[in-house]
Amino acid sequence: MKSAILEVKSVTKAFGGLLAVDDVTFTMFEGEILGLIGPNGAGKTTLFNVINGVYKPTKGHIVFAGQDITGLPPYEVVNKGLSRTHQIVKPLNEMTVIENVVVGACFGSENLGLEPARRVANEVLEFIGLDKYKDELAGKLNIALKKRLEVARALAANPKLLLLDEVLAGLNPTEVGKMLDVINKIRDRGISILMIEHIMQAIMSLSNRIVVLNFGRKLAEGTPDEVANDPQVIEAYLGDPEMAKRILEEEEA
Amino acid sequence: MKALKSPFFWLILALTALFAFYPRLGNNITLRETLVLSAVYIILASNLNLMIGYTGYVNFGSIVFFGLGGYFTLWLVGAHGWNVYAAVLFAGFITSLLAMALGFGILRLRGAYFALATIGVNEAVKDFVSNFDTWGGSEGIFLPFTTYKAMGGAGKALWTVYLLIILVMGISLLLSWYVKRSKFGLGLFAIREDEDAAIVLGVKAPKYKALIYSLSAFLPAVAGGLYFFKNGSVVPEEAFNLHLSIESIVMVMLGGQGTVSGPAVGAFLYERLRGLLLTTPSLSNFHLVIAGVLLLLIILFAPGGLMGWLYKKWPRIREVLE
Amino acid sequence: MVEILSSVMDGLLIGLVYGLAAIGLTLIFGVMDVVNLAHGAIIALGMFFLYLFFGAGLHPYLALLPVAVLGFIFGVIVYQIAVRKIISGPPLMSLLATFAVSMIIIGVGTALWSTSPYNINFKVTTYNFFGYTVTSARLVSAVAAVLVTFGLYYFLYRTVLGKAVRAVANNREAAELMGIPSQQILAITFGIGTMLAMLSGALIATLFPFTILSGGVYELKSFVASVLGGLGNPTGALFGGIILGLIEGSVAPFIQVSWTNVIEFVIFVGILLFFPTGLFGGRK
Ligand SMILES: Nc1ncnc2c1ncn2[C@@H]1O[C@H](COP(=O)(O)OP(=O)(O)OP(=O)(O)O)[C@@H](O)[C@H]1O
Ligand SMILES: [Mg+2]
Repeated sequence: MKSAILEVKSVTKAFGGLLAVDDVTFTMFEGEILGLIGPNGAGKTTLFNVINGVYKPTKGHIVFAGQDITGLPPYEVVNKGLSRTHQIVKPLNEMTVIENVVVGACFGSENLGLEPARRVANEVLEFIGLDKYKDELAGKLNIALKKRLEVARALAANPKLLLLDEVLAGLNPTEVGKMLDVINKIRDRGISILMIEHIMQAIMSLSNRIVVLNFGRKLAEGTPDEVANDPQVIEAYLGDPEMAKRILEEEEA
Repeated sequence: MKALKSPFFWLILALTALFAFYPRLGNNITLRETLVLSAVYIILASNLNLMIGYTGYVNFGSIVFFGLGGYFTLWLVGAHGWNVYAAVLFAGFITSLLAMALGFGILRLRGAYFALATIGVNEAVKDFVSNFDTWGGSEGIFLPFTTYKAMGGAGKALWTVYLLIILVMGISLLLSWYVKRSKFGLGLFAIREDEDAAIVLGVKAPKYKALIYSLSAFLPAVAGGLYFFKNGSVVPEEAFNLHLSIESIVMVMLGGQGTVSGPAVGAFLYERLRGLLLTTPSLSNFHLVIAGVLLLLIILFAPGGLMGWLYKKWPRIREVLE
Repeated sequence: MVEILSSVMDGLLIGLVYGLAAIGLTLIFGVMDVVNLAHGAIIALGMFFLYLFFGAGLHPYLALLPVAVLGFIFGVIVYQIAVRKIISGPPLMSLLATFAVSMIIIGVGTALWSTSPYNINFKVTTYNFFGYTVTSARLVSAVAAVLVTFGLYYFLYRTVLGKAVRAVANNREAAELMGIPSQQILAITFGIGTMLAMLSGALIATLFPFTILSGGVYELKSFVASVLGGLGNPTGALFGGIILGLIEGSVAPFIQVSWTNVIEFVIFVGILLFFPTGLFGGRK
């Protein structure tokens, strides 16, 4: 197997008494797409926040490309080549789309100057299919485009590892299709991807492997098939009525 | 030198030259005194805009820099016999350093909390200085008339100081312009829009904020040094006048926060308006009311200020004035 | 010793009045995230409203009633004109809008009453408890501050309207979903906050001479008290006021009065930095 790009080692994150992430361990390898799934409130986003340094873990370590990055602030983490998107999009509203992406390029892993950053931003916008909107204010975009902007900004930082937090949620089927293309193209560039997703079909088809969280704990890990047939996983999802409904809907479709 | 191709760069130079030489024609001292006030307002507003407009941190107590600059300068000149040039530079640096140290603390606060803390800092410093005997306590510091002898007499000294204040004004405008075009400025604007997002995108927000806070202290401190040197005295009430601090915010808003030229335009207009109101007998009683109503109208109906409105109407203007 | 104790007692009594003023400020912040920079001007206005009713022949304590009513109405009007439109905007907007209101109040006040000092001259008795001398005015102002605070608590926790205010403070959107008309609640809250500020101003006017600019000092004290108690927490603000008064009272015998301000502001900034939710926790 290839070498490890990210090692999550016994990570725990507590909010007061609540263990949002509880002793989670897994390794992901270079070039792979690892899916992170679990019912609402399972601690997926919190784990992302621990990985990229928004939160310090209560316990445990994060090792990225062989380097311990536990407790580093997010801006240091980006510099090392680990970028992310937000589940709840955070566009820089009063700045144009291209300016948003230039920020990503300027302050990303290569620490570019304004001019080269602008070139990178143009490339990325074309790659992601946002070039038509580049002079619009980011706040004015619709949700689908804002999600793509999240990805564009993260990508402009030239990461080795990209964390995608529900980039498909809230998109209609056409938009989902476009985003899946984008993700595949990113993978083809050799960037490793750790992605949170609720849309089962999508995550099952994209991921090499999947990690399942439930109530903060790791419930299962394995290939999509292994995970889909794991009785514990099925129970966890059926225990979450909303999720069960979603799965049923997808099966009907 | 791309700067040389920008029309705005030349505009700033021309404006500064105009301010510098216009009153010299015919030795017009009244005009000079009006312009010096405009220039000080422009300096305060432009530098404040670096915090409010560029970074999104509402500094309500920015006047503390101006006051400290004045005190350090007059103390060094009066009690230690420094010449005014060295004194204002030193005052600028030491105030900047203090701001940097303070910044790492209070810039962790956001929104209204930060605004309140800046008020607290200004008031704390004012009350401290009022009790600080080395700086004359509530009496302040007076410069003896002989101080100006070294500069060729009071008349000549005042002109020199005037030119220096205009110079600081020019540098303030250039600084605003330069920061806005730089990578540093881009990081600041990202912080203004969404600090958490900026941090995740790689902007070193704590460092950037402390830097801009410190930078926004330097020129106002130098200006404070020059201004109070010109007056020959400094007292706590005048140096740390919270009211002027908030008026500076009004100027920034009036002209358009976050734009390069807006705060200067706002400052100039505000000074004119204030002068007009104060010198018109029927209005002088109501100058505060009128200023208040004006501010309220801007906030409610034109939050982008004058420049924001102009740029929206005629986007071409932006290319010249930014 | 008696001297020190007297000074501390004086501090406690005035601290209750500071607390009342701070509650007015903190209530508005807690419910709508607006730091009311017109607070000081409103306090000063309370002083002059009392002066007007007193001039019309009302006993100062009786005059508190119309001052309260006027305060409420005034607050609602200010909210509708200046605050309503920008309530969801960035904090700069509400800070500036309320500051503009302050400029207008002070401007009109200066035109009407100039900036020279006024006072309320009424019969005040002096009591002596074991060597501690205290005026009836001081006692009454402290008691009145406590009563008003109890009234506010009764309103917030025992009345339907008060519960609606707390619901809006907690989560405006959720409250709206439950059918609470949040705009009206916000207007009422601003009215109440303004009323409390005016009442505290009126009480202060029974103790000391005042000018239209006097509010500034008490505005700053209100900031300190509410930050001490945790911005947005009315009980905290009351205790913040008491603490402030006690600090003033207990250091007064030892150092010059002018240093107390330095101490207060250093505490203020220190609390903001190290205990941003105050000593008693911010708004729940
Ligand atoms: N800053 C915080 N403070 C307190 N509790 C938090 C915080 N952030 C998250 N939580 C709690 O931690 C738990 C995990 O939340 P998290 O957002 O990580 O879930 P998630 O798996 O991403 O869910 P979803 O699928 O809904 O996005 C939840 O119970 C949430 O309420
Ligand atoms: Mg999530």
